[in-house]
Amino acid sequence: MKSVFVYCEVENKKVAEISQELLSAGKRLAEKLGCPLEAMIFGKDLNEIKGQIAPYGVDKLFIADDGRLEPYRTLPHAALATDILKKEDPQIVLFGATSIGRDLAPRIASVLNCGLTADCTILDIGDHFVKKEKKEYKDLLYAIRPAFGGSIMANIINWDMHPQMATVREGVMKKKVFDENYKTEVEQVKVDDIVKDEDFVVKIIERHIEESGVNLKEAPIIVAGGYGVGSKENFQHLQDLADLLGGEVGGSRAAVDAGFIDHDRQIGQTGTTVRPKLYIAAGISGAIQHRAGMQEASLIISINNDPEAPINKIADYVIHGDLGEVVPKMIKYYKKNAK
Amino acid sequence: MKPLKIVVLAKQVPDTRHVGSDAMKPDGTVNRGKLATVFNPDDLHALELALNIKDRVKGTEVTILTMGPKRAADIIREGYYRGADKGIMISDKRFGGADTLATSYTLVKGIQKLAPFDLILGGRQAIDGDTAQVGPQCADKLKIPQITYVEEIIEIKGDKIIARRRLEKGVETVSSPFPCLMTVHGSSPTCRSRHAKRVMKYKYARTNTELKSKTTDEVIRSLHEKRPYLTISEWSVEDIEADMEKIGLSGSPTKVKSVESIVLTAKETKILSDADADIEMMIKELIEQHTIG
Repeated sequence: MKSVFVYCEVENKKVAEISQELLSAGKRLAEKLGCPLEAMIFGKDLNEIKGQIAPYGVDKLFIADDGRLEPYRTLPHAALATDILKKEDPQIVLFGATSIGRDLAPRIASVLNCGLTADCTILDIGDHFVKKEKKEYKDLLYAIRPAFGGSIMANIINWDMHPQMATVREGVMKKKVFDENYKTEVEQVKVDDIVKDEDFVVKIIERHIEESGVNLKEAPIIVAGGYGVGSKENFQHLQDLADLLGGEVGGSRAAVDAGFIDHDRQIGQTGTTVRPKLYIAAGISGAIQHRAGMQEASLIISINNDPEAPINKIADYVIHGDLGEVVPKMIKYYKKNAK
Repeated sequence: MKPLKIVVLAKQVPDTRHVGSDAMKPDGTVNRGKLATVFNPDDLHALELALNIKDRVKGTEVTILTMGPKRAADIIREGYYRGADKGIMISDKRFGGADTLATSYTLVKGIQKLAPFDLILGGRQAIDGDTAQVGPQCADKLKIPQITYVEEIIEIKGDKIIARRRLEKGVETVSSPFPCLMTVHGSSPTCRSRHAKRVMKYKYARTNTELKSKTTDEVIRSLHEKRPYLTISEWSVEDIEADMEKIGLSGSPTKVKSVESIVLTAKETKILSDADADIEMMIKELIEQHTIG
């Protein structure tokens, strides 16, 4: 069947944020193609899960509900997904570019012998003329992603090996409910018919998932520091400013690598992609990898003592100076002028 | 504990972390010639993990396997300097243009020629593509379990290995039977440095292609006759019995339709000093626009 298919992640009976983003993006592609949207979800205690997925306009949902399927492990999920995809034969399959999606999707692409494009930030539908075959291929997936450290955007296509698969970066696609009362057909997957005992050879011994309060994606204001902040102690100034403005603190990869700030606050190509209404970059030079994760902020302030810092080119305000002086002044004048 | 046979997958990559302004051609394509090549950083972490296991389990053999053009022999030499026991290059023009599917097929044909093995290690991802796909795709083709994003080996006992994985929001400790494949996360220990004695021992290691080159000194050639371990094996399409349909461009479903360079949009930037007046003015403007406050 010609369809768009989404692999949904679940933890503790809740569909992951990224999967909701993918369903929204998948529906948009399905509408362009005039085809159904399908989804699959594997986990435990999923009785209520349909209600979370249906509103995104899913026509058919495959549910595998089994205690052994959560937390995620590669082999059972790969066995289930490949079995379903072989039967359904969709045109496009989407995964999150998460630690799960990036573990699972390549394994499936290898089984199905098909193309997979990683970390896409734009998905579209379009045509392509293959000169060698003198043939126009219609309605292909345009899987568009940053490449070469974010310095170029590459449009990756695949016309001859079915299906076309992509992983999509978190926080890039906008969530959009299609219809609260959408009618979704559900198929319960018979796990024991597909998954074999040897698919469970990898055992999870221990797991620590921090339900961290950090939600950079939702923060309206982000105060981010780079290597130029100099120390963990200096980051406290940034924290003070963020607290005052009702924002979150983030960091560049260099700041994370230097141990100034926690890994889960990293912004950029390998961290979180953010688009706040205000982004304050303190002591961040603005390598392309960093800019790729924040350049869509509505307003950017750069505080830097290097006038040539690349980030200055995309900033609305550039403050030349030492951030140890500038940040306390910003705090002072905010307190004075805010109502 | 019986010694292990470990294969480390390593790639030579353009150094995309230090992209200068001349790295892009005016048409927006990458000027590869202007980028220095490096040992892919995550793969160096994988090599360290392998050497760490070798320290723990006596008699373990670490083989470094790379696919790439002739100059990728640098990766093998670097591996020798840091502690690898064997190095093999898969190099043939016909492998060129491979995407991750064709690459994993090719590497697996090489790994199978090296069989039996206990552990395959590779970096989580390469900085020239950041796809993180080749590891899991190799694991599938070898029909073995995969453990991705490994940052530490906790224990090796008998027929299984226990490792801690670094996930986005936490860590997970898992066990897997041998043989298995692991991809190694950049949060694992950095690779040990070159060892001076090993540099002395292997600095004349060359592939046959390099030996034949006119620029190679006759002394080095004669040295290779006396010390066969200096000759780095070089495998072609025929050597690994690869199916031409599955390698290079023809084995690669994904194709680049177009590339567009990201141009920094020139904004109207207000340049301020750190003087009180400047900062107060900015704060007032932000409050007026309702950006803050």
